[in-house]
Amino acid sequence: MCGIVGLFLKDKSLEPQLGALLAGMLVTMTDRGPDSAGIAIYSNETKDQSKIVVQSDTPEADFDGLEAALGNASGVTVKMAVSSTHAVLSVPNGSIDAVRTAIAAVNPALRIMSRGDTLEIYKEVGLPKDVASRFAIGTMSGSHGIGHTRMATESAVTTMGAHPFNTGNDQCLVHNGSLSNHNSLRRKLRREGIHIETENDTEVGAAYLTWQMQNGATLGEALESSLTDLDGFFTFVVGTKDGFGVVRDPIACKPAVMAETDQYVAFGSEYRALVDLPGIENARVWEPEPATVYFWSHAGQPIKEKAA
Amino acid sequence: MQTLDMAEIDLREMNATLHAQAENTNQTAWEIENPRGAHAIACGLDAPIEVTVKGSTGYYCAGMNKQATINIKGSAGPGVAENMMSGTVVIDGDASQYAGATGHGGLLVIKGNASSRCGISMKGIDIVVHGNIGHMSAFMAQSGNLVVCGDAGEALGDSLYEARLFVRGSVKSLGADCVEKEMRPEHLEILSDLLERSGADARPEEFKRYGSARELYTFKIDNAY
Repeated sequence: MCGIVGLFLKDKSLEPQLGALLAGMLVTMTDRGPDSAGIAIYSNETKDQSKIVVQSDTPEADFDGLEAALGNASGVTVKMAVSSTHAVLSVPNGSIDAVRTAIAAVNPALRIMSRGDTLEIYKEVGLPKDVASRFAIGTMSGSHGIGHTRMATESAVTTMGAHPFNTGNDQCLVHNGSLSNHNSLRRKLRREGIHIETENDTEVGAAYLTWQMQNGATLGEALESSLTDLDGFFTFVVGTKDGFGVVRDPIACKPAVMAETDQYVAFGSEYRALVDLPGIENARVWEPEPATVYFWSHAGQPIKEKAA
Repeated sequence: MQTLDMAEIDLREMNATLHAQAENTNQTAWEIENPRGAHAIACGLDAPIEVTVKGSTGYYCAGMNKQATINIKGSAGPGVAENMMSGTVVIDGDASQYAGATGHGGLLVIKGNASSRCGISMKGIDIVVHGNIGHMSAFMAQSGNLVVCGDAGEALGDSLYEARLFVRGSVKSLGADCVEKEMRPEHLEILSDLLERSGADARPEEFKRYGSARELYTFKIDNAY
């Protein structure tokens, strides 16, 4: 099963409520998967700063003095804000790669959850309500976000096996379904030099999109080619710095429902996830079509493209 | 009119109340408030009552229905009226995947669109969709009638048996062993009755009929054990 949600705000006045709305949607989806939960939020762009979110199973020990150690190792100023097992590192624009290298050198046990200018990913083993309260997701503001609650099928129940997966700077992915060619695709992508951490199928899907985009594809093109190259079942919801997209495999047995009003575009695995959104009674509600890439962006017009 | 408010009682209590209605109940009209996309609403009913669900439903609404009339005043999630035996289910909005799957009898009316696998493995149910249907609809359909006033998606009627498929609009593609067939007077009569009973604004003459060519392995007697 798995439950996935997404919320893209058109109306800025809702931005302070983004975390609360998204967490509420995800908690409603709890019985689609109790193993782990995660939320990606796009928020608070700070001028000249980027963000790296790291996770530790022993945060008290690992985060103590981390700021200074990473500053010394990378040669840039690193500021850290700890939230439970996660820490958000603020680093100067353009220094993400240097700080990632420093993280690997200073403490290879730290896990990188996300990187980008506005993206923050929080994910842990446990129920959506526990994960949401652990990181105070309900208090977060933002322009858009996606979330996932997992029923594990293809790999172990761990923090790194939880969604969303970070696919590149400010890019992330949640997945409902299972990929059946992830082993061969993982080998192929590793040969191409793509770093894949776990035995999880979705991470391969995420890495595939990263690889496509590194080779010049737009996100829309990468999603479209995923319909050819990924074998298995999937409904994907992806986030980028200024938008979010949805694609379902051609068989489309993994459920999906969307709602749009003047204030937002919302995605849920089920209609239940959407019922507490403001104005849902008068929203346009529909089921996204199979093998079709949908994308909404703050920067441009919405896109709907049926794959050939 | 009896009202069951799902903001006040849980799903099991709501269904148990409806299950408790006997054949000769005089409480024949029920309203369900605040469905909020819940699963399995009004499932397994077996009494000649009329239930109106005031909103959209989640998985498996009206599943296994016998005798009852169930009106959904919103859209329905996956598996609506799955394995219906008799009675009527009317959806004002859209239906998600596998609406009316494996249904043995009764009438399912979808006034909006139905998505993929509508009427999959239907076994005698009548389904009338006022809008369009998605891919793989009527897959392995055994008997009954599927009427589509709009268009049908890919692979309509793949590997079907004796079900009759009537489509007014375009068919994106036919599934294996599904072919267009002549519309005979008895078919126009069946169609006319279903269109009238489902309140569809369409004329029988506008439809084409599709059915099994009976060419697959399963139809060859020499393949019998």
